[in-house]
Amino acid sequence: MEGNMRLSLKVWRQSNTDAAGGFEDYKLDNVSPDMSFLEMFDVLNEQLIEEGKEPVAFDHDCREGICGMCSMYINGRPHGPLRGVTTCQLHMRSFKDGDTIVVEPWRAQAFPVIKDLVVDRDAFDRVISAGGFVSVNTGNAQDANSLPIAKEAADDAFAAAACIGCGACVAACKNASAMLFVSAKISQLALLPQGQAERSIRAEKMVAQMDAEGFGACTNTGACSAECPKEISLENIARMNREYIGAKFSSSAV
Amino acid sequence: MSWFSQTLTSSIGKKLLMALTGLFLISFLVIHATINAMIFYNDGGETFSHWGHFMGTNPIIRTLEIGLVAGFLIHIIDGLMLWKSNRDARPVKYAVNNAAANSTWYSRSMGLLGTLLLIFLVIHTSHFWIPNRSNQFATGEELNLYQMMLETFQNPVVVLIYVLGCVSLFWHLLHGFKSAFQSLGLNHVKYNGAIAFVGTAFSIIVPILFALMPISIYLGWVK
Repeated sequence: MEGNMRLSLKVWRQSNTDAAGGFEDYKLDNVSPDMSFLEMFDVLNEQLIEEGKEPVAFDHDCREGICGMCSMYINGRPHGPLRGVTTCQLHMRSFKDGDTIVVEPWRAQAFPVIKDLVVDRDAFDRVISAGGFVSVNTGNAQDANSLPIAKEAADDAFAAAACIGCGACVAACKNASAMLFVSAKISQLALLPQGQAERSIRAEKMVAQMDAEGFGACTNTGACSAECPKEISLENIARMNREYIGAKFSSSAV
Repeated sequence: MSWFSQTLTSSIGKKLLMALTGLFLISFLVIHATINAMIFYNDGGETFSHWGHFMGTNPIIRTLEIGLVAGFLIHIIDGLMLWKSNRDARPVKYAVNNAAANSTWYSRSMGLLGTLLLIFLVIHTSHFWIPNRSNQFATGEELNLYQMMLETFQNPVVVLIYVLGCVSLFWHLLHGFKSAFQSLGLNHVKYNGAIAFVGTAFSIIVPILFALMPISIYLGWVK
């Protein structure tokens, strides 16, 4: 079709966690600029299946930027060259005819590769299980104004809660640090009245679990926030530092 | 492990230590640069030696010096521990990584810049601090530091090493100053601008002031 692109792909292939992986080269001759990056991978996989080859395993679910499943490291950046989008919201018009695109999985000790471009992000779930919740019986929804919440606190909590847990922050960070993710999850509850009862113990337990998973520390390079599809702010990391240090030095948990 | 050591060895606790010792070392740089800048009076080292003598003999300053050595050691050892754990957090590197798109090179190179500064620190203390303190320990007398400066900075290679040390210090401070506040949780819309401004100004002024010392002596501006 007129205007369609020819692309070369270098894609990481790895049959399982323990196997050695490597790059495979593929050519696509008829890519529409209106395709999303994942649809381009669907075309590649159709082609591989027709050739009797194993299709590329990659994570995806909602394909509308809210599930946090897609996780490709494209030409050296998580979710590709655009800011504030997931891989499914990246379209082929962001690339040029004849481009070579290198696609790798997230690289982190805490995110082992399961297969090809699919990584195991259970470490995030374990951090949430450690304290990213409110254990009160909330009953029925209350009247909207029965708990007064400052507009700024509500806005900041909402912005932090926009985190979809995709792991781009870990992927982008030179230390594979999970601080942006964990700080968003601590912040969304620390800012609201419902989160106060477990505020200290939550910060202590979630940070302890984050460290136990083998994520790195923070160098404040800002790469995480720059690459975050939901543009989670670095202010959350500062808030987590306050929450954690404050909790450690003042809580009754010895 | 007690709650205290557990806190200081956690990822955030290590950064807390880096930030506190970093800001402490920054406060030391203020004193160090101010007193050394006395050579620019160009009075044959009279003002400089007066204050140098005070710093070398005053009991309060000498006690604080123990804290300074501790501050350096904690900053260096903690930095090396962070470097190791951060490196272990990504055992397989990316084949293609466009980090320049999301962060500055110097913020990603604090370990490298710190190592360069450590090498400089060893050279620098072996020029002045170590010989002076060992002489004080052995004989009770201070060495003539001003004369030692004039002699040391006749060598262009030494001058170059000192200038390169100042360049490393500039990049290390340019990220480190602001980063320390973020690590301490001090990120607030009312103060962020001031922190960034003071941090950048400090990172420029102090290394230039330090670099001018060996250069001025080498070029004979200060005699």
